[in-house]
Amino acid sequence: MGLKIHIEVRDLDVFYGNTHALKKINVGIPEKKITAIIGPSGCGKTTLLKSFNRLVDLAEDVRYSGSILVDGQDVLAPGVDLTAVRKKMGLLSQKPTPLPMSIFENVAYGPKIHGVRNKKRLREIVEHQLKEVGLWEEVEKRLDEPASKLSVGQQQRLCLARGLAVEPEIILGDEPTSALDPISSKRIEEKFLVLKDKYTIVIVTHILRQAKRLADYVVFLYFGEVIEHGPAEQIFANPQQQLTAEYIKGVIS
Amino acid sequence: MDRRRIEERFFQGLMVLSSLVIFLSLVLILVDILVKGLPAMNLAMITQGPKGGFYLGKEGGVLNAIVGSAALAGGATILSFFLSLPVVLYLNVYLRQSSRFSAFIRFSLDVLWGVPSIVYGAFGFTLMLLFGIKASLLGGIIAVSLLIFPIMSRAMDEVMKMVPRELLETSYSLGATRLEAGLKVVLRQAMPGILTAVLIAFGRGIGDAASVIFTAGFSDHVSFSLFRPVATLPLAIFYQLGTPFPEVQDRAYASSLILTLIIVGISVFTRLITRRFRSYTIR
Amino acid sequence: MFLVTAFAGLLLFVMVLALYLKSRPILETKTLGQLFLATSWSPSRGNFGFLPFIVGTLWVTLAAVVIAVPLCLLTAVFLSEYSPRWLREFAQPPIDLLAGIPSVVYGVWGVIVVVPIIKDHLGPRFGSYTTGYSVLAGGVVLAIMIFPVIIHISLEVLAAVKFEVREVSLALGATRWQTVKHVVLRKALPGIFAAVVLGLSRAFGETMSVLMVTGNVARLPHSVFDPAYTLPALIANNYGEMLSIPLYDSALLLASLILLLVTLVFNAFSQVILARLSRRVA
Repeated sequence: MGLKIHIEVRDLDVFYGNTHALKKINVGIPEKKITAIIGPSGCGKTTLLKSFNRLVDLAEDVRYSGSILVDGQDVLAPGVDLTAVRKKMGLLSQKPTPLPMSIFENVAYGPKIHGVRNKKRLREIVEHQLKEVGLWEEVEKRLDEPASKLSVGQQQRLCLARGLAVEPEIILGDEPTSALDPISSKRIEEKFLVLKDKYTIVIVTHILRQAKRLADYVVFLYFGEVIEHGPAEQIFANPQQQLTAEYIKGVIS
Repeated sequence: MDRRRIEERFFQGLMVLSSLVIFLSLVLILVDILVKGLPAMNLAMITQGPKGGFYLGKEGGVLNAIVGSAALAGGATILSFFLSLPVVLYLNVYLRQSSRFSAFIRFSLDVLWGVPSIVYGAFGFTLMLLFGIKASLLGGIIAVSLLIFPIMSRAMDEVMKMVPRELLETSYSLGATRLEAGLKVVLRQAMPGILTAVLIAFGRGIGDAASVIFTAGFSDHVSFSLFRPVATLPLAIFYQLGTPFPEVQDRAYASSLILTLIIVGISVFTRLITRRFRSYTIR
Repeated sequence: MFLVTAFAGLLLFVMVLALYLKSRPILETKTLGQLFLATSWSPSRGNFGFLPFIVGTLWVTLAAVVIAVPLCLLTAVFLSEYSPRWLREFAQPPIDLLAGIPSVVYGVWGVIVVVPIIKDHLGPRFGSYTTGYSVLAGGVVLAIMIFPVIIHISLEVLAAVKFEVREVSLALGATRWQTVKHVVLRKALPGIFAAVVLGLSRAFGETMSVLMVTGNVARLPHSVFDPAYTLPALIANNYGEMLSIPLYDSALLLASLILLLVTLVFNAFSQVILARLSRRVA
């Protein structure tokens, strides 16, 4: 097919206590494309996403096996540098979560913790990223205000700017627009379409229309198993599995 | 990059060290009391009052203090219970959760909780002067019940707050008055927690010295009279330690051991109750 | 029922009032300067200089806080951010137990263990002759006594910080300590401050254990190895002579009033902060 694989998942199993959340996942995420992970709620989509940046580690009583290769390196291997892995991936959560700091400090936080001290450089980065997400004009006069004062849509764009500030290669979105109003959602979606030229994007979504709008590649996850995956046009127009067809038709949700 | 790693490791080490220091201090204290107290322990300590010359090294025990403390703390707990229960019922059953008055009362109780015990002793003393009560069991009971009142109320309140509102509402819909619902339903649900609150308060009351130092006096006799001075374990320990005789000082360690065992015993018992009764309460 | 509840609400005021009324005699006889700036305490001669006691109490309380706060904060962060749930639960009973040990028992332990160490090892190391009964002894014993308060409230405050902010920080590639330092502690700071103030308030009013290990000498301490005499100790030690010397009872009840007012202010301040925090979470 000619798609270069950025993230390769091999035989991934994830357990929360006794619950088998992800079952022998084998899938490849193509580079510099938007991949949508679709499927009913609670069937492991977020778990899969959080396995990429090892945030699954934070859950109580979690075990996993298998490997996830990013640029050839297995992210799940013991002894791997977690902070480096996470720096490569930016996560946009469902609920916009600004850090308890000013707007400026939110965006500057990432570079700062990775060692950028120079005030001028930080200001450059903050301005650049805020412009990237289309927030600059709205906030340039009030960068020192607490980020919590922004509207929900603005906060989510701030979170995106914050994530981009550490110069990741991959952007992970966990239902990034489900908490937003339609206009803000549209802005984020438009942003993703622009960003895919530079970043590999993986979004989890339960909004089929969103997947249709954005995705180049689709992975259908059903109760912890990959039922089907492939290029978006193929999955939507001509699904191979009956389950996929039913889900897309909206019979199951 | 490495700087962050070093910083992380450094603080992790520091944190583990701190935690160890804190837990070790507990172990150290308990072990020291045990080690010093055990040799000086004998049956006489708990079965006899001080005979003549006890404080000079002769025979006897601290039965007077054990009984005195039990009576004082017991009396104070009972008195405090009859003060706390109405308050907690009123707060949880009669008032809305969001009422300003209940917020004020809870705030007052929280502040009262932090008032030093010696201040309760001093206040108790002024009350005693006012009513002409001499240093006695009664005086001690008054001071200590004031001391433990906020502790008991707060603990009981926390438990009552956890009782689901629906339980109350179900009772009302079945026709119960507020008082009936409060007493029969909410109380029963919260019973283990209330018992715990009472025990915690009792533990605090029996171990406190500053509140009884003015108000209860001291005595070498086992006495249950409300109007006579009464011995308490904490003060017994204090006076024994203050003598220049090593034998008597040793007895102070033994008395400390007795007091500590009582407190630890209450603590363990409380935990057992909570665990056992967890199955009987509705979630 | 309402009456009893109202009683609970009024109790504080009644206490302040009662102690104030009893303090009036001495307040009317002496000026505030004579009481609070004078260093001479000899009641039989009519001198009631409270300064040594106020300063003594401050020294001992500060010593306790300086020792306790770093240890408690580090431990609370460890239990909250670095420990699995079982460890956190396992740690609660010992902390509660520390809180339950009576003041006298701490005093006894202080006399057996802490005082000799200061006298024989620490004092000489720093070139100070000391009997061991000192500010430092009081500070150490008090510090242990306030561990439970500070840790307990700090843990509650840390737990109230939402999980998502930690996730965000870690997702950006921060280490756990960086997350704690820049995000968690920042959010929890007012609550932790309240916890420390509550601890301070407890230390300020502690009587028996301090009385037993600080030496009770009514002079201004000049080093941590010097003895000190705290306000609570003053009251507890002299209640016996209270009624035999004129104005003595009034003076001691004034000391009680001071204690009450100070702890009242500290406690109210902390409780307001904590209430505001819990409202924000809810």
